Amino acid sequence: MNQESIINYTIHLADNALIMGHRNSEWCGHGPILEQDIALSNISLDLIGQARNYYQYAATVIGNNTTEDSLAYLRDAGDFKNCLLVEQPNGDWAQTILKQFFFSVYQYYLYQQLQYNNDDQLKAIAIKSLKEVTYHVRWSSEWVIRLGDGTEESKTRLLKALDELWMFTGELFEPASYELNMNVDFDLLKEEWTKKIQSVFEEATIAMPAKNNWHQSGGKKGKHSEHLGYILAEMQFVQRAYPNSAW
Amino acid sequence: MINLIAMITEENISIKKVYSILEAVTDPEVPVLSIIDLGIVKDVLLNDDEIEVIITPTYSGCPAMDFIKVNIRMVLLQEGYQKIKVTQVLSPAWTTDWMTEQGKEKLKAYGIAPPNSAQSVCTPDSFQKEEAIQCPRCNSYHTHLISQFGSTACKALYQCLDCKEPFDYFKCH
Ligand SMILES: [Zn+2]
Repeated sequence: MNQESIINYTIHLADNALIMGHRNSEWCGHGPILEQDIALSNISLDLIGQARNYYQYAATVIGNNTTEDSLAYLRDAGDFKNCLLVEQPNGDWAQTILKQFFFSVYQYYLYQQLQYNNDDQLKAIAIKSLKEVTYHVRWSSEWVIRLGDGTEESKTRLLKALDELWMFTGELFEPASYELNMNVDFDLLKEEWTKKIQSVFEEATIAMPAKNNWHQSGGKKGKHSEHLGYILAEMQFVQRAYPNSAW
Repeated sequence: MINLIAMITEENISIKKVYSILEAVTDPEVPVLSIIDLGIVKDVLLNDDEIEVIITPTYSGCPAMDFIKVNIRMVLLQEGYQKIKVTQVLSPAWTTDWMTEQGKEKLKAYGIAPPNSAQSVCTPDSFQKEEAIQCPRCNSYHTHLISQFGSTACKALYQCLDCKEPFDYFKCH
């Protein structure tokens, strides 16, 4: 593992968590009922906390006065390495839930591997985050089952969300150059992810999409959908308009 | 040799004193718990004339950590310590099993059900059998989960089916 891969890989993990966390925070005050509004806000908080741990680590390795804030607030879309899945719009409740479910199951099995990584800090963050992600997987899979095995409307909406999001799941298992030497077994990751998705879909009485469907990728290499620009415009506005402001 | 033992003993006494001072720093979100009760103080070191307090966060996104760091500095300054360093470590990861028995009693008296020991319930399986959580008001086990996520990252929301009151549960982690 050379230093450049560690930096890029750590930033990639941070960007995934930050953008997913930011998207969830858009629900704060808008959830369908209070308890679920609070649930999404708590998941946001966990993810933004994980992102902070990764940015702090990347900033230490980079040096040169880099901080967690400069990494989060002062980079442009082309420098962000998050996967396309996390930047997709929240849509309705079904789309938000399905996106969270795909992402949480991915994080769960990825962190299962990273908890044995030979980089001490990546290992420590994975062990810590895994406890949080366990709750996210449970919460989101219960909602997928409720929606899929619920009413005709909830099922229709979940299927529509599946149609919107499935094409972005392939990128999770297509390693970018900086992921190649991080001792992550992508075949195993994909196998475990697929198995879990399949078992929850069975309970939710919905069918798995056909294998080897076409998928869209690019986010991990900095090629993003138009959505990321809007997210950053909102998230970075204060720091760009009032440089170095703190509160 | 005798001097060395005297020094070690003196160091132990000073460290013990720092721990007792740290009892005054509480979790802003659960003010009955001190950071010692929570089990987030991992070590106190004396480096020459500097005191180093090593802490670990409960959850990655715990918004109270920055506040807690400032308060650790404040209480030690008030007691006359000049050089203070607060270091945050992530490993080993915090678990509710580190909460003191005294902490658990304080939680219950405050109306929050204390954590069960972190066992097999911390798995990702959906619709698991609910943990038996005792109502902190009437002690009934006839309670049910309303939401895995509560008013702060560390709590779940329950309701007692006997006295009908909703209550927070400091969930196992
Ligand atoms: Zn009761």
